[in-house]
Amino acid sequence: MSTTQAKGFLSPSTEKAEESFLWYLKEWFCTTDAKRIGIMYMAFGVLMGIIGGALSMLIRIELMQAGPDIMSDTFYATLPGMHATLMIFFFIIPIFTGVANFVVPLQIGAPDMAFPKLNLAGFWILPPAGFMVLSAYLVPGGAPGFGWTGYPPLSVQASMGADLWIAGIILVGTSSTMAAVNFLSTVFNMRCKNMTLFQMSLFTWSLVVTSFLILASTPVLTSALMMLELQRTFPAAFHFFDPAGGGDPILYQHLFWFYSHPAVYIMILPGFGLISEVIPTFSRKPIFGYPVMAWSMIAIAVLGFVVWAHHMFTTGIAVEVRMAFMVLTMLIAVPTGIKIFSWLATMWGGSLEFKTPMLFALGFIAMFTIGGLSGVVLASVPVDIQLHDTYYVVAHIHYVLVAGSVMTIWSGIYYWYPKMTGTMYNEFWGKVHFWLTTIFINVTFFIQHYLGLQGMPRRYYDYAPQFEWANTISSVGSFILFAAQFIALVNLIVSIKTGDEVDKNVWGDGTQLEWAAKSPPAHHNFEGDMPVWEPVDRSHGHDDEQAQPSPAE
Amino acid sequence: MADVEPGPESLGVSNGKIGMWTFLVMDAMTFAGFLAGYARLRWSPESGWPNPIETFGTLGIQVTAANTFILICSSVSMVHALAEAMNDNLERARTWMLVTIVGGLIFLGVQGFEWTHLILDKWPYLMEVNWVADPSGALQAAMQSIEQHGGYDNLNFAATFFNLTGFHGAHVAVGVMYNFVMYLGLRNGKITGENAELIEIAGLYWHFVDLIWILVFTFVYLI
Ligand SMILES: [Cu+2]
Repeated sequence: MSTTQAKGFLSPSTEKAEESFLWYLKEWFCTTDAKRIGIMYMAFGVLMGIIGGALSMLIRIELMQAGPDIMSDTFYATLPGMHATLMIFFFIIPIFTGVANFVVPLQIGAPDMAFPKLNLAGFWILPPAGFMVLSAYLVPGGAPGFGWTGYPPLSVQASMGADLWIAGIILVGTSSTMAAVNFLSTVFNMRCKNMTLFQMSLFTWSLVVTSFLILASTPVLTSALMMLELQRTFPAAFHFFDPAGGGDPILYQHLFWFYSHPAVYIMILPGFGLISEVIPTFSRKPIFGYPVMAWSMIAIAVLGFVVWAHHMFTTGIAVEVRMAFMVLTMLIAVPTGIKIFSWLATMWGGSLEFKTPMLFALGFIAMFTIGGLSGVVLASVPVDIQLHDTYYVVAHIHYVLVAGSVMTIWSGIYYWYPKMTGTMYNEFWGKVHFWLTTIFINVTFFIQHYLGLQGMPRRYYDYAPQFEWANTISSVGSFILFAAQFIALVNLIVSIKTGDEVDKNVWGDGTQLEWAAKSPPAHHNFEGDMPVWEPVDRSHGHDDEQAQPSPAE
Repeated sequence: MADVEPGPESLGVSNGKIGMWTFLVMDAMTFAGFLAGYARLRWSPESGWPNPIETFGTLGIQVTAANTFILICSSVSMVHALAEAMNDNLERARTWMLVTIVGGLIFLGVQGFEWTHLILDKWPYLMEVNWVADPSGALQAAMQSIEQHGGYDNLNFAATFFNLTGFHGAHVAVGVMYNFVMYLGLRNGKITGENAELIEIAGLYWHFVDLIWILVFTFVYLI
């Protein structure tokens, strides 16, 4: 590798840090540079993803054969909830925050986030929160066994591990609202010259929409958890969720799902935005229907606030209410369909280039559609009453979050990896990673639709013997799926040292501002003069030539 | 490095102001969660919710109304502090800020007095039940205590009361500290007419806390 200068923000910026690794580490931990904070978010997210993945491996090992195998049922009961908590709150959401920390300031031509110190503080809330949640395993009574939803009365009766879990979740929520405040201030106030709101990249748009979702929904979860914690701590005084004391356990579910339904959009909208960057670049065409793409994200977000009770169809709420929520839920398929078809239309007639990020984007479109369709199936009240709490729901959520969010995360990481490190990843191993992931996502999760339709309940320690063959297939698939992710990790880590050095516009067809910065970018992104946004007018067939359509044409 | 300037296409306000506004959206939603819980528990069939005016007594309502008036006054003095700071009358700004802080402290003091009275005299089961020793029997013990000493309204009437006024009180306490930092800034000369916006941002928070109190007061005490 050449001089440290070429490594941009990655290289030590003080003399002391150049000499001592500890100082270099300290420079990272105390940095206010959004790019470094972004990388730390990603590293932490990957670490928690590995732990969360390992927990799911324990689940799949236990379920590989019928009957008790390697663990006790009480220990098993803690696994689904812990797995979900780690994956949702500590893996997917922080990784998107990390990617966005790196990319959003670049894409809007800003030197940094609006509140760099708040940014760093928000990140450093995460590791203690993760530690708190995991340390529930170490206290008497062990980790809570009530799943990731924490419904009372189970969560009121649970041992003190539940207190750690609740505190951890409240901290994560605080961290992500801090990030949301920061993103909104950054995007609304720090765009470079000429970049109006409807000139922004769709990834930046997705972060704006996601941040509003976080601001409006996460605090409601915080209030629900605070009420739960009050009831746990002062059982004589507080009876919010306890019918014997005049409370209402369904109230908790309302508040919980008021957050947790929008939360699935918090986990997928940044992915939508990301795919809207990758597909135009590798199709060499501008995105189809840009304004509609932005508005459909807003529509999804707004609708996302009025559908929460579709998780509660079996709680006995009034049938009229259920019908209303069913219709509203199905309506969400409309803006989502608009997005899917716009991506297809973007590729239509383009000259496609099947690099790893593009492969992940295509795999995402295909499999997310399956997850979307099974969502519409579940939205229908009579079907949901049958399928509620079965493996069909597990299959659905994993098609949305693994084939959805995780595939887009990989797409984005491969896409911006050369920008982040200044070196190219290994394309061959990237493709191997893609194919193994895609194939084994389907091996693992597709058959769970069948299991659910046959009536296998989720979160159970054991199952009827006729489900064994399908569970074995699912388990084997999940082992390979988990192992395949390490290919990517090794590839991405080794390539920092061995990969070819890359130019500014690595893919040749990037049109957003991040491709105008050095790879990797310098400390304040753009050196010297601040960038001025000029939209790149690119139509197919003119390749790198800039087409200049005049009004007369 | 600490302060990043707004870009050329900004909304025309500082980053700090947008940051505070977005934070307040989030804070408002936290209160919305609590208030939604309150509404659900109160307005469900057969909740047996007592009439708050009868429970607190006319005198109790009047004391709290006076307290509300003090909080509103402290919002007014906050406006004065900002106006004086913008005109570079830092001496006067400091005095008004001090008035604001004292207003917040009086509010907290009266609320503390009210809590003490309610816990000791009105709802004695709160002190009587040893829930640490036997959490699962806490509800029964509370009911027994109520049978002996009276004070029954509705368990969640007291619970939501403490939840809402307590969470709001915590906001007032944070606001008093925030305002005190502003006061120190004015005294040390770190806040002058040029960066009086810092006081404006603190004011946004303070007025928000005031506004939330009007809601809490209406829901919990008046209707
Ligand atoms: Cu939902």
